[in-house]
Amino acid sequence: MKPTDIKDPEYFHKVVDCQYACPAHTPVPEYIRLIAEQKYTEAYMINWDSNVFPGVLGRTCDRPCEPACRRGRVEEEPVAICRLKRVAADNKGDVKQHMPKGPFKANGKKIALIGAGPASLTVARDLAPLGYEIHLYDEQKLGGGFMRSQIPSFRLPETVLNEEVNYILDLGIHTHFNSFVSSLKDTLSKDYDSIFVGTGAPRGRDLDIPGRKEAAANIHIGIDWLSSVAFEHTSKIGKKVIVLGGGNTAMDCCRTSRRLGGEEVKVIVRSPFAEMKASPWEKEDAMHEDIPIIENHVPKNFVIENGKLRGMNFEKVKAVYDDKGKRQLVPVGGPDVFFEADDVLVAIGQENSFPWIERDLGIEFDKWGMPVVDAITFASTHPKVFFGGDAAFGPKNVITAVAHGHQAAISIHLANEKKDMKKRPSPFVNLISQKMGIHEWSYDSAVVEDVRYIVPQADKKLTLTNRKKEVELGFDVSTGFKEAERCLNCDVQTVFTTSKCIECDACMDICPTACISFIDNADETDLREMLKIPAHNKTQDLYVSDALPTKRVMVKDENVCLHCGLCAERCPTSAWDMQKFFYNVTKAEKACQ
Amino acid sequence: MTYIRPKFRHPEMPKNKLGYTLNYYEGALSTLCAGCGHDSISAAIVQAAYEMNIEPHKLAKLSGIGCSSKTPAYFLSNSHGFNSVHGRMPSVATGANLANRDLIYFGVSGDGDTASIGMGQFVHVIRRNLKMVYIVMNNGCYGLTKGQDSATADEGSKNKSGNVNLFQSIDLSSLAIELGASFVAQSFSGDKTQLIPLIKAAINHPGFSFINVISPCVTFNNNVGSTKSYDFVREHVEATATVDFVPEMKEITVDYGKGTQKQVKMHDGSSIQLHKLAEGWDPMNRLSAINAVQNARAKNEILTGLLYIDPETRDLHHLLQTSDTALNALGKEQLCPGSAVLKELNDEFR
Ligand SMILES: Cc1cc2nc3c(=O)[nH]c(=O)nc-3n(C[C@H](O)[C@H](O)[C@H](O)COP(=O)(O)OP(=O)(O)OC[C@H]3O[C@@H](n4cnc5c(N)ncnc54)[C@H](O)[C@@H]3O)c2cc1C
Ligand SMILES: Cc1ncc(C[n+]2csc(CCOP(=O)(O)OP(=O)(O)O)c2C)c(N)n1
Ligand code: SF4
Ligand code: SF4
Ligand code: SF4
Ligand SMILES: [Mg+2]
Repeated sequence: MKPTDIKDPEYFHKVVDCQYACPAHTPVPEYIRLIAEQKYTEAYMINWDSNVFPGVLGRTCDRPCEPACRRGRVEEEPVAICRLKRVAADNKGDVKQHMPKGPFKANGKKIALIGAGPASLTVARDLAPLGYEIHLYDEQKLGGGFMRSQIPSFRLPETVLNEEVNYILDLGIHTHFNSFVSSLKDTLSKDYDSIFVGTGAPRGRDLDIPGRKEAAANIHIGIDWLSSVAFEHTSKIGKKVIVLGGGNTAMDCCRTSRRLGGEEVKVIVRSPFAEMKASPWEKEDAMHEDIPIIENHVPKNFVIENGKLRGMNFEKVKAVYDDKGKRQLVPVGGPDVFFEADDVLVAIGQENSFPWIERDLGIEFDKWGMPVVDAITFASTHPKVFFGGDAAFGPKNVITAVAHGHQAAISIHLANEKKDMKKRPSPFVNLISQKMGIHEWSYDSAVVEDVRYIVPQADKKLTLTNRKKEVELGFDVSTGFKEAERCLNCDVQTVFTTSKCIECDACMDICPTACISFIDNADETDLREMLKIPAHNKTQDLYVSDALPTKRVMVKDENVCLHCGLCAERCPTSAWDMQKFFYNVTKAEKACQ
Repeated sequence: MTYIRPKFRHPEMPKNKLGYTLNYYEGALSTLCAGCGHDSISAAIVQAAYEMNIEPHKLAKLSGIGCSSKTPAYFLSNSHGFNSVHGRMPSVATGANLANRDLIYFGVSGDGDTASIGMGQFVHVIRRNLKMVYIVMNNGCYGLTKGQDSATADEGSKNKSGNVNLFQSIDLSSLAIELGASFVAQSFSGDKTQLIPLIKAAINHPGFSFINVISPCVTFNNNVGSTKSYDFVREHVEATATVDFVPEMKEITVDYGKGTQKQVKMHDGSSIQLHKLAEGWDPMNRLSAINAVQNARAKNEILTGLLYIDPETRDLHHLLQTSDTALNALGKEQLCPGSAVLKELNDEFR
């Protein structure tokens, strides 16, 4: 293999598994250390810069970082990255003093943002300080998009959402709430320099089976129903409720039903339990609220008696997999299964829909009715129009919408500065030695063995009777500290200097997880097999040195390195050093520098 | 501040035949200087014991005094251990071995511990052919007492403060062969590929086995002008042959061609495979072994690998015809059969 080019920022970035997996590349270990130091305000600001909604995300993020977390490769559970973010948000001091403060010097450009979800709000935050005049449109009466209309208050208190939405609106954004944009053509005819479409995926999929029309009064589309609960148009539901679907929307629907009078609430899903789309923790929380999840049942028809919904029939199926692992649900035979219901919530998927975008504006749509959007610049085929969030590539989550927003803001800024949008700004990186003494580092290098701490929850008696009562209580400060200590500091990199190495083997001998080998060079496939313990996790790179005096090379498998620093402590010549790598995605503000 | 070894290990760490992973053979975290050759030798011992499926409670580590003699604390924590006084490891090993012949005796010493204060003990334990492994971690100095020249420092070698050694060095390997040791090997701490099979073969050898391992002292004897530094040793090593230890039952598949390989069969069916033999050297011929070592010395080379072996050797228990059952396993009646038997015995001499 060729020697590893550690000058390429992506090499060490990839070693920081959580940050790499985070769509917005939040510098996770940096904020976790700040939490351990009780510097909550600083920890919050690291988050705010990257993900804009630390309080919201610390409660609701889909947390792609956690399955990626290195800790999960050396023991059972990853670091509770998401809930630590909440610790920062809950305990922060005055953060507003660290945020940009208007009024900003106008640059004479006007931008329209359609939809006030996290994607648009991110664009607003990134562009307002640069002097853009930002106009934000939403059909709802308040900003936040699905964070407000869909995510129930028992998971995300309104106060938390309001606070973080207002940090952005306070930057001098012109809001146009309660205004549905019914024609993009109209908007284009106004004097906007650029338009960002962040309208999400607002249409819930319906279930067209017998009885649907007759029982319409008691059948509700999940996301419409959730938003009517959120905006307090709905406050009751029948005693017996069936929720159809296995995703997170289904979980929010069933749990909300329990709070609006649903006594026997069931989730009925076509697929096997293990394959449901909902996150494991959402399923757990639902079951904890006495909601059974019934798997392998395909809805057949609604049963109506005296013109009123009585329940539903289901066909029992089982999952069968072909050679390629493709799933088919085949009936197991036997009579249909009947479940009683006063109300049914249909939560079987969400779709995009752009009835308000005329098709002759020069915005290309594909055969699925989705706009053609560049995955890097978020530009559409119209020079003034950009897409982001769920509107760009279909329903995802808040953190993805934020990541899109940052990149779209950069593109909008570059476009308005008449610069090439394809030339993306490089990330900000920094690599600093952490050495303080022979056995001393400026980070907590000792690896603690604590298992993941559980976030306490409020009493079910309270939460089920008050829709707005938050279920999770968050870590207290001392548990937060202990959980923070579980982080392995993956950003403190093992940096190897070939010319200093005397090949004494000390690092190889001391490494607890057998990461380091000194061997003859070979191509990657062979090298992976030749290591002290073969490197089978191909998603993790090998760090290969230049040739050493014995002609061998140092090869480090990054896979299960604990960042404990022992290799560097054992190295007599400091050929190994522990250096903190800070990587931050450049935002619009610095994109033109 | 670390100085704590994390408990986490590689999740795919393999297990040996006894079901133990490598870390079961580890010891406490070393307190030697970072980069000390002795730590590498400890790691090689851990690896060899793991690969040989040794039950840790069937091995006893013994040592004298010195940085080298501290190392038993850093390997095989689950084995027995005795850290004796300076240069006296062989007599403790002899006593232990006579009392319990069923353990593997693994002695660790330094060049000071062996070639100076312990020289008398060393030559006699060889003479008695005690079944044990005797490793000298040879750094040419007294590391623990801050690097004074030892008796194995080469004449003309420079120490850290620039002083040139005026005295001839004692060559422990030549001496061991000369004294009749039945297994003599030499190696370098920085060459585990060679060291590990040598340790395994030594453990398996039915008599006294000696391994002289050049092991740089990074702190006091790794300077330019020293003949025991990493750089000097790397530039001057010359191997007799590459070594493989092939355990019992394993078929030998590699063919290196005639004249370049030799197989030494050991008493239990295992064997030592030697490839690319040095010219004119026969590991089973004592004279050729001495010649090879001396020739290398004359050329300023350090000859490593297996130097001499007599696989048919008979150890002290054979010579003394002691009981097959370890003494410590015999009951009181057998050990102290009473005055009647004593009388009978005495009568034989009258
Ligand atoms: C029930 C449910 C629960 C969820 N829970 C989570 C969770 O816990 N964590 C998570 O990360 N994600 C969750 N999501 C997904 C997440 O809410 C979305 O992915 C995210 O909000 C998308 O952001 P966005 O900026 O693209 O648009 P959205 O948040 O969807 O906002 C779009 C906004 O545009 C408005 N709009 C649409 N068309 C027009 C128009 N023509 N004119 C004016 N306004 C318009 C809409 O009213 C809406 O307010 C959930 C989704 C659902 C349905
Ligand atoms: C009876 C006695 N004399 C002297 C000493 C001092 N002393 C301690 S270690 C040592 C030399 C050790 O040298 P070596 O065996 O080469 O070990 P190294 O530290 O080099 O590995 C000496 C002389 C002692 N501990 N006991
Ligand atoms: S251990 Fe810490 S730095 Fe490493 S991936 Fe997990 S959270 Fe990130
Ligand atoms: S920091 Fe060094 S010693 Fe620790 S696990 Fe990583 S490579 Fe091994
Ligand atoms: S003084 Fe020398 S022999 Fe002793 S531990 Fe340090 S490097 Fe090793
Ligand atoms: Mg010594």
